[in-house]
Amino acid sequence: MALQSLDIVRRSATTTPPPGVRDEHTGAVAKLIDTTKCIGCKACQVACMEWNDLRDDIGTNVGVYDNPRDLTEASWTVMRYAEYENPAGDLEWLIRKDGCMHCADPGCLAACPAPGAIVQYANGIVDFHQENCIGCGYCIAGCPFDVPRISRRDRKAYKCTLCSDRVAVGREPACIKACPTGALVFGTKQDMQQHAAQRVEDLKSRGFEHAGLYDPPGVGGTHVMYVLHHADQPQLYEDLPPDPHISAAVGLWKGAGKPIGLALMALTALAGFFHYIRVGRSETDERDEAAAAQAREQHHDRAGQA
Amino acid sequence: MTEPDRPELIERYTANQRTQHWIVAIAFVLAALSGLAMFHPSLFWLSHLFGGGPWTRILHPYIALVMAVAFVALAGRFWKDNRLEARDWAWLRQIKDVVNNREDRLPETGRYNAAQKLLFFVLVVCMAGLLLSGIVIWRAWFSQYFAVGAIRAAALLHALAAWVLVCAIIVHIYAALWVKGSMRAMTRGVVTPGWAWKHHRGWLREIRKH
Repeated sequence: MALQSLDIVRRSATTTPPPGVRDEHTGAVAKLIDTTKCIGCKACQVACMEWNDLRDDIGTNVGVYDNPRDLTEASWTVMRYAEYENPAGDLEWLIRKDGCMHCADPGCLAACPAPGAIVQYANGIVDFHQENCIGCGYCIAGCPFDVPRISRRDRKAYKCTLCSDRVAVGREPACIKACPTGALVFGTKQDMQQHAAQRVEDLKSRGFEHAGLYDPPGVGGTHVMYVLHHADQPQLYEDLPPDPHISAAVGLWKGAGKPIGLALMALTALAGFFHYIRVGRSETDERDEAAAAQAREQHHDRAGQA
Repeated sequence: MTEPDRPELIERYTANQRTQHWIVAIAFVLAALSGLAMFHPSLFWLSHLFGGGPWTRILHPYIALVMAVAFVALAGRFWKDNRLEARDWAWLRQIKDVVNNREDRLPETGRYNAAQKLLFFVLVVCMAGLLLSGIVIWRAWFSQYFAVGAIRAAALLHALAAWVLVCAIIVHIYAALWVKGSMRAMTRGVVTPGWAWKHHRGWLREIRKH
């Protein structure tokens, strides 16, 4: 549902601009996930289920804390627990709350062929409108973070909405509200960057010299950001991509390829039309029939002689 | 009995060949329209022809499978007549005479001319590419078995092969309209001896030999 207080700035499979007279003067929003404060309690996962009325199937324990094992259409956020042995030989438990990053340049939206199935609001939230979703799964191919999931039951794509319904009425996302340690904070993107800068400074003073903010420029920045102890190695956090960007294949397929391909198809048809106008049809007339008949007689004669 | 001014007709395509061709053709039109709906937003309205976006997404791969199976059978029938020969290259070098209807200057052609043979192999390559890439991006059944990189490459290849195929078929349809008598060959199965003499003289000699 398009919430009027969350004006749409980008709409999937739409070539004309959406209504854009209103600007987000109050600034874009962002969720900051401070992995250095996270204790892995999964309160955020529970809050997400509760607010969004989601109940995933009971899975099986595969020997790690990750539960469920992966994001699904009914689990829009999942804690990922990485065990990292640092160069000093100590074990570090790196816990990352995974889910949609709400890219400023969303690959899912670029790949989507269904008008209005994926939208981006002026405040930065990227939202799926399932009533327009056709279930093709192109958003999965487009996403640099492997986030969207298609339900096997209704064939619609789902992911974290950043609680767009709550944010629209001035509330924080459900996960933020549930976090007991302050590892999750929410506000304007600018405020979150400032808050992260303070956190990074603090972490550096405690010996985490590579602490930093994860706000990857390859996708134009994200509206879900991480404070990482090891910002130089995001891949330590269960394969958080170091330099995510929309894949070149997706860019070509959904970027230049579409209009150029369409134009050349139209030109091919037009070339045929103008060939008809300028040169015309290749027709067979009586002379050809006569020649064919004559050739037949000659053939018969030769056959007779032989 | 044939009247003297109405020459006897030559069979170019049997009823079975025509049926197969038109199964491929109908499936192609449906697959192309449903595919184009997902190819460019300005053509998304084509999805209404199939009952909406989700139905377009559901039906497209099944229609395409019908096309692929029918095409394999059709291509098998026509394979030997489409082998490229030395004289085909000479024919192609005179492409200016071809498009300007100066057919009398061209080297003799067999059942198919060089352009038809090239089109045939373009279709074979495109169909194979579409089938293989289509399986990879068929989310309902197969995508879960492939890495995201493979899916992205397949999506790009699928769009590219489909684009080449659509352009090739536009040329094919126009050529059938352009060369008068071709449409009748594929709808009623017959051509006049004059048509065969003018466009496929080698083929006419061949069938008269037998």
